[in-house]
Amino acid sequence: MSPAFRPPVPLRRGRVHEACGPGAMGFAAATCAQGSGQILWIREAWRAKALNPVGLSLFFDPHRLLWASVADQTDALAVAEEALKDGAVPLVIVELSGALDLREGRRLQLAAKAGQTTGLCLIPEGMGSNAAETRWYCTPLAAAGGTDSTPMRWALIKNKSGTLGTWDVRWDHAARRLDVVPPVGERPGPAPAPG
Amino acid sequence: MWFPRLASDRVLRLRPVDAPFALTLRQNNTERLYCLNDRAEAAGLHRGMPFADARAFCPDLHSAPAAPPRDARFLAMLRRWATRYCPWVGFEGEDGLVLDITGSAHLFGDEAAMLTDMHARLSRAGLTVRLGLGATRGAAWAFARFGGAAFRAGGDRDALGRLPVAALRLEADTVTALERLGLRTIADLAATPRAPLARRFGPAVLMRLDQALGARAEQIAPEAEAPHYGVRLTLPEPIGLVDDVMAGTARLIDRLCARLKDNAAGARVLCLTLRRVDQASQQVELRLASALRDPARILPLFERGVGAVEAGFGIDQMRLEATVVEPLAVEQLGSIPRRGGGGGGDRIEDLINRIGTRIGLENIRRFLPADSHIPERSFLVAPAAWSRSEGAWVALRPRPPILFRPEPIAGTGPRPPGQFRWRRMGFDTARATGPERIAPEWWLEDDGWRTGVRDYWHVETRQGRRLWLFHTPQNPGWFVQGEFA
Repeated sequence: MSPAFRPPVPLRRGRVHEACGPGAMGFAAATCAQGSGQILWIREAWRAKALNPVGLSLFFDPHRLLWASVADQTDALAVAEEALKDGAVPLVIVELSGALDLREGRRLQLAAKAGQTTGLCLIPEGMGSNAAETRWYCTPLAAAGGTDSTPMRWALIKNKSGTLGTWDVRWDHAARRLDVVPPVGERPGPAPAPG
Repeated sequence: MWFPRLASDRVLRLRPVDAPFALTLRQNNTERLYCLNDRAEAAGLHRGMPFADARAFCPDLHSAPAAPPRDARFLAMLRRWATRYCPWVGFEGEDGLVLDITGSAHLFGDEAAMLTDMHARLSRAGLTVRLGLGATRGAAWAFARFGGAAFRAGGDRDALGRLPVAALRLEADTVTALERLGLRTIADLAATPRAPLARRFGPAVLMRLDQALGARAEQIAPEAEAPHYGVRLTLPEPIGLVDDVMAGTARLIDRLCARLKDNAAGARVLCLTLRRVDQASQQVELRLASALRDPARILPLFERGVGAVEAGFGIDQMRLEATVVEPLAVEQLGSIPRRGGGGGGDRIEDLINRIGTRIGLENIRRFLPADSHIPERSFLVAPAAWSRSEGAWVALRPRPPILFRPEPIAGTGPRPPGQFRWRRMGFDTARATGPERIAPEWWLEDDGWRTGVRDYWHVETRQGRRLWLFHTPQNPGWFVQGEFA
């Protein structure tokens, strides 16, 4: 069994976290849904992928979302630091395209600590900063149940204040709630037939 | 005060031409003469004549396009100048001013001396002017336009009575009808019985007659001075340090905000002009997410712009102007929580301002719902500073949180392919939900939807990723357009 039954979400305040992998967007959407107040989403203008607020509305109210379109990663980091330090926006999400060095990561941490806000960096795989509080690797899973289920596997691959672990979770669109799915061997119900 | 050639005089003041000159304005798809100088009139040209004809009559005609808004601004400037004669100055049509000089004529000697002074000053400025002085506003209008001489210190009833009925500010067809009846002068009209006149021509003729003769009062409405939101600081010694410039800016902002507060307004765009010793000037523009007049909130936003200014040998004049101003009512402190933000609205606006000085205010956006079935058009993107979040989000069918441009994949037939490759990854379809048919909005032009209707499928793959595929039955092909979380 996993070390803890529930993953350590919502993310710890006053820290900057990282998420990567093909399901990082789902992780970010679920994180937005667990908080309240405005969200600042910072992304570089050249990205071809566009956020679709109608799709995000299954997770949270898109009116909470402010979207800053920046020219490059330097601007993205500057805006993120400013917003984290200010504290007016409880959650800041930054989409990054390049690696962060320790200095940049640490500055973001200090800014989040000063403003008591949460930061989440969506990073390319393997480009995290050592200063991050946690790092999650998220992958979508093939569905097993109904059509509205969106199973995801969230692997905590770095944690500064706790243990690592892997959880299978499901976002319940109707209740807007995160359900943790127990690992296959421990699911309730009839045991699989032997042989 | 009538300026018969206001528009052409304005242009000729800037660039004198010693030749026939005309301004042209495009009306009903034809270039027509809008205003011309006296040499052009002497050549037989007149207003409203087609420009091509005018050039044929007068080959050495100089011309320029007319700009009526600039003429209006010029007239407003003249109006401001005319307050040197009396405080009550109003506009009279598009090319005239009306001054109520009651009680101020003696400052210039007498009325005739005042008119001479006006005429001399305006002529020196290169303006053609015709002045009329009357006991009533209507009489002054009549003397200015029909008085004959350059100016006319008339005002008596006899002189007014000799003028044609056209001097009564009447419609052109009314004037023609009156002349056909033999009523050529104002005296003729005044001697006619009133009741048949009113029955035949309506009350307008008698009203204008009474106004000209003084039987009915007519006000002169002076224009209110528009408040001016600009302050200036001139320094005895040039300064160059950022701290000094910021201290100067703080003084300017204090004065500007006091003026804004008096007028219950808030600045939306501020422009700080720094003039250097060598006469070069640099501008720092600051755009705000909401109307503001709080010095403590505005001042820090200037830091970034002022830091980028090249001071050279020093700055000796600073000018701060609020170029865009919006009404901002005075609010009671801390009584009513702001809508939506729960008290945090101001802080978020401040944050938007601060971020906006770095990346541009229009790059901070929010999403607004739009009424369309087309996925790309089901939302609007609006700058956060110029929009409010309102409207309900409705997702009748599941929609992916990420959209991209349709990317083609290999596939045939109306059912989703069992195996496909997308972005150099192989996928096996585990389950497909659909189709959901969306037809293009034919009333809007959209290149992406030229392929006709789309059948959307929600495809769950064995590899885990959930994609939004569509098939175009009219132009067979399969595309990936979005990814579900």
